[in-house]
Amino acid sequence: MTLRPDVLLAIIGMAVATYLCRAGGYALFRALRPPRYVEVVLQHLPGPIFMAYAMPALAAHGWKGWVAAVAVVAVQYFSRSLAAAILIGVGAMAGLGALEAWFLAR
Amino acid sequence: MTEEIKGPVVFTRHGVARGIRTALPLVIGTFPFGLVVGVISDQKGLSWLETLLMSALVFAGSSQLLALELWSEPAPILAAIIAAIVVNIRMAPMGAALAPWLDKLRGVKLWGSMAFMVDHAFALSAAEQRRGGRDAGYLLGIGVTLWCFWNISVILGHILGSTVRLPAGHPLYFAAIATFVAILVPLWRGVRRDFWPWLLAGVLAVLAWKAGLGPPWPLLIGAFAGAALGAWLELRRE
Repeated sequence: MTLRPDVLLAIIGMAVATYLCRAGGYALFRALRPPRYVEVVLQHLPGPIFMAYAMPALAAHGWKGWVAAVAVVAVQYFSRSLAAAILIGVGAMAGLGALEAWFLAR
Repeated sequence: MTEEIKGPVVFTRHGVARGIRTALPLVIGTFPFGLVVGVISDQKGLSWLETLLMSALVFAGSSQLLALELWSEPAPILAAIIAAIVVNIRMAPMGAALAPWLDKLRGVKLWGSMAFMVDHAFALSAAEQRRGGRDAGYLLGIGVTLWCFWNISVILGHILGSTVRLPAGHPLYFAAIATFVAILVPLWRGVRRDFWPWLLAGVLAVLAWKAGLGPPWPLLIGAFAGAALGAWLELRRE
């Protein structure tokens, strides 16, 4: 059970930096009360953030990623269950991977 | 404004409990990731106590992973801090976007909720806020649940060490991406408001990634361009 001072310092530095990222944006917003345009941009942010996160990640997975993503969206839309949607996504990736391997082996 | 909250914002045990129930399925996506962080932490020579402290205090998987990739002897204090800022700066606008709830909170409820805020908690809270939800305890409930399971998964990964090493490209890793794809569904407010902003965000992020830009640039470029377009379209319609 070791706790080295240099490791502890690195961890505390990361923790402080991360907390400032989490809370700093809101603290600035509260202090400055930005103009209405900035406020409307922030209201529009959630969708674009996760599009910008997910699209490159899906592109990295190639065609299997896009097919699996369509399955995830369909299951989430109809079942409204995050667990079902996530499991279908993993299942689709596993199934499509097996299918691809089978085709390549022929 | 279209998203004005009707009625007073509250912070109740009921809201926290609902956040906890909402967060439980998300663990499917975070658990494999936590195992990987724990395994790598072990490989880099961190003790279980150091690993647990990093998970509990930093609680931001991608930045922990990046810092561990850069790990050296002695611990790279400055590099770890820079890794944390670069990866986590994306969370700065999230709190501001939740201002309609957060403005009504004070003290430890406000700054404590911020400590546990992660991407999932933000996305689901933004969706809840748009549905007219007024209980800000929801944000904390999701955050705390993910924090508990995050620590468990990282420590489990550290204990199991090299025995649980999932090969790169294992379908289980897709759970994290699937989580965010699924979260997009409740955030969607219809073609008129969201189609062009979301398309621009996705296309720009892919182009930035193809151009070889590392994190967080594809995400920041796509997110802000999309949100700026959405705001411009909305204000023009008024």
